[in-house]
Amino acid sequence: MVKNKIRKNILRISLTGLLIAANLVSFAGCSKEASNNQGSSKKTEPITILNVSYDPTRELYQDYNEAFQKYWKEKTGQDVTVQQSHGGSGSQARTVIDGNEADVVTLALAYDIDSINKNKEILSKDWQKRLPHNSTPYTSTIVFLVRKGNPKNIKDWDDLAKPGVEVITPNPKTSGGARWNYLAAWGYALRKYSNDPEKAREFVKAIFANVPVLDSGARGSTTTFVERGLGDVLIAWENEALLSLNELDKDKFEIVVPSISILAEPPVAVVDSVVDKKGTREVAEAYLEYLYSDEGQEISAKNYYRPRSEEIKKKYASQFPEVELFTIDEVFGGWDKAQKEHFDDGGVFDQIYEKK
Amino acid sequence: MAGSIPIQLKTDKEAAYAKKRAVKGSKLVPIVLTTIALLFFILMLIIPLISVFVKAFEQGANLYFASITDPIALKAIKLTLITIAITVPINTVFGLAAAWAIAKFKFKGKNLLITFIDLPFSISPVVAGLIFVLLFSTSHGLFAPLLNALGIKIIFAPPGIIIATIFVTLPFVARELIPLMEAQGTAEEEAALTLGASGWKTFWHITLPNIKWALLYGIMLTTARAAGEFGAVSVVSGHIRGLTNTVPLHVEILYNEYKFSAAFAVASLLTLIALVNLIVKNVAYSKMNRIHKAGEKKNVPEA
Repeated sequence: MVKNKIRKNILRISLTGLLIAANLVSFAGCSKEASNNQGSSKKTEPITILNVSYDPTRELYQDYNEAFQKYWKEKTGQDVTVQQSHGGSGSQARTVIDGNEADVVTLALAYDIDSINKNKEILSKDWQKRLPHNSTPYTSTIVFLVRKGNPKNIKDWDDLAKPGVEVITPNPKTSGGARWNYLAAWGYALRKYSNDPEKAREFVKAIFANVPVLDSGARGSTTTFVERGLGDVLIAWENEALLSLNELDKDKFEIVVPSISILAEPPVAVVDSVVDKKGTREVAEAYLEYLYSDEGQEISAKNYYRPRSEEIKKKYASQFPEVELFTIDEVFGGWDKAQKEHFDDGGVFDQIYEKK
Repeated sequence: MAGSIPIQLKTDKEAAYAKKRAVKGSKLVPIVLTTIALLFFILMLIIPLISVFVKAFEQGANLYFASITDPIALKAIKLTLITIAITVPINTVFGLAAAWAIAKFKFKGKNLLITFIDLPFSISPVVAGLIFVLLFSTSHGLFAPLLNALGIKIIFAPPGIIIATIFVTLPFVARELIPLMEAQGTAEEEAALTLGASGWKTFWHITLPNIKWALLYGIMLTTARAAGEFGAVSVVSGHIRGLTNTVPLHVEILYNEYKFSAAFAVASLLTLIALVNLIVKNVAYSKMNRIHKAGEKKNVPEA
C-alpha cells in the first residue's frame, strides 16, 4: 500500500523528467527551424555561412569576413554572416566528415580537402580546378624564426641538421604545416644531393634528430618556441612567423629565409552537398571568388599571406623576400603520392623518426 | 609492558627529559605537517588562482571589461548559461529519481543501475564526446537517417553541447543523495503515508527537507562541471565562433590567438563561478553535517 504510493511518486517524477527532455528536443527543433530559414534564401533575408578553416588563418578571415560582408551587402542588398571555425587542418577536415556543415573549407593543404571525400562524396572531386591557381587564392612558404641576433648563426636548411641545434616543428602526422616543413627540407636536400633520395633521407633524419618535442599543431609549436622558450629555431609558415613577430615581441626574434623553400598552397573549396542542402551556393561561391579580388588579395597580404596578384605582391615586396620556391607537384608528384610515401603509417617519416 | 619498566627505573632527571622530548616531538609533527599542507596549498591553489587575476588585469581594467563584453565572448557566456540552465534541472530530477529508487526500494538490476550512473565518471570526456559523434553524426552516425529526415542537427550545434554536458554531469546529484537516503531509510515517509499524506505532500514535506542540503551540494557540483566541461564539449562543438563555443572553449581560442590577457579575463569569470560555487558548497556541506550529527543524537535513545 505504502510502497504503491511511493511508486506512483516515482512515476510522476520520471514523467516530469520526460517533459523536460521533450523540451530539449523542441530546443533542437528550434535550431532546425533557424537553419531552414537560412536555407530559403530570398535575397533580402539575412544569410549565414560557415567557413571551416585551419589554425593560422584566424586573423586573416576576421578581416576578410568584414570586407566580404560589406561587398555582398552593396552588391545584393543581403546581409551575410560568416561563422568561423579554426583548428588543426586535419582535425577540421574530420569534423566536416562527421557532419559539421561547412559551406566552405579553407584548409592548410589539398590533401585534407581531398580526405573529406574519403568515405562519401561530400564535395565535387574536381574542386581544385574550379578556381584559379589550383583553388589557392594566397600562398605562403616555410621560413625559420630564430632568437634575436641569431646566436646559432642559422642561415639555411644545412644549419638545422647540425648537431647541437634544437629545432622546433610540429608533428607531420597531425599538422598540415608540419608536413610542409618536412617536404621543404626534403626538397632542399634533393636539390643539394642531386636528387639522391637516400642522402635526402639522411638529411631530414638529421634535422628531426634535433627536434626535442613534436607539438600536434602549428600554433602549439609557436607557443613552445615563443612562450616556453624552447629551441634555437622554429620551422614555421611564413605568415605565422611574421604574425608572431608583429603580435608578440619584435625585439626577441628574427626571421631567416632559407635559399630554397616550398610553395605552400592552402586551398579553398565550396562544400557542394552542404550548400545545395542549405541553398547557399551563390553566396559561398562569391565568398571564395572575392578572395581573388584586389581587396581580398590586399587583405591576404596584410595578414602575411603571399598574394597571387602580381600588383599587390609588388606593393608588399618588402614583406615577402624573393625565395626560390618549388611546388609539391614538381618535386613529390602531388599530395596523394607525398602523403602515402612519407606520412602514412610505416611511411618514411615513421621510419626516420622511430630510428632516432 | 616489558619495555616500560626500564624507563620507570631511570632517574627523575632522565624521565623529565624523556617527557620533554616526547612533548616536543608531538608538537613538531603537527607543525611540520601543517606547514607542508599549507605550502602545498599555496603553491598548487592560491598562487595559480591569483595569477589568473593578475594576468587578466595585466593590461588594465579597460581591456578586461572589453574582453568580457566582446560579442563573441558574450555569446559564449550565453551558451554556457543555457547549457547550465538545461543540464542542472534535468540531472537534478534524474538524480532525485534515481537516488530515490536505489535508496528506498529493492529491485532487480539495482547494482547495475548504480554502475551505470557511475559510468560518466569513469569514461574519459574525450571518449564521451566521440560516443555522441558516433550516434549523431549526420554522415555516418547511428541516427543519421532519422536526423537527416527530420533536418535536425545535434552535434556541431548547441543541442550536442547540452547533451554531452548532461552525460558528463549525470552522476553528481545521484551520487550525493544515495548514501544519505540509504542512511535515512523509509520510516518517515511510511509514517506520513499511513497518516494519510499524499505522495506529493510526503515528498515535499518529508523527503525533500531531509535531503535538501545534500541536494544543493550535488546541484552545485553539477553546475561547476557544466560550466567548466572542456573535453567532451570540445569534441562535439565544431568550434564555430558565436554558435558552439562555450566559455572554456573561448578561453582556449583566445589563448591560441596570442590574446593572453583576454584569455585570462574570460578565464577569471570561470574562476569566479568556481569560487561562488565553493562557498555555497561549503555552507551546504556544513549544514549537511550538522543535520547528520543531530540526527544521530536523536537516534541514540530510540536505539
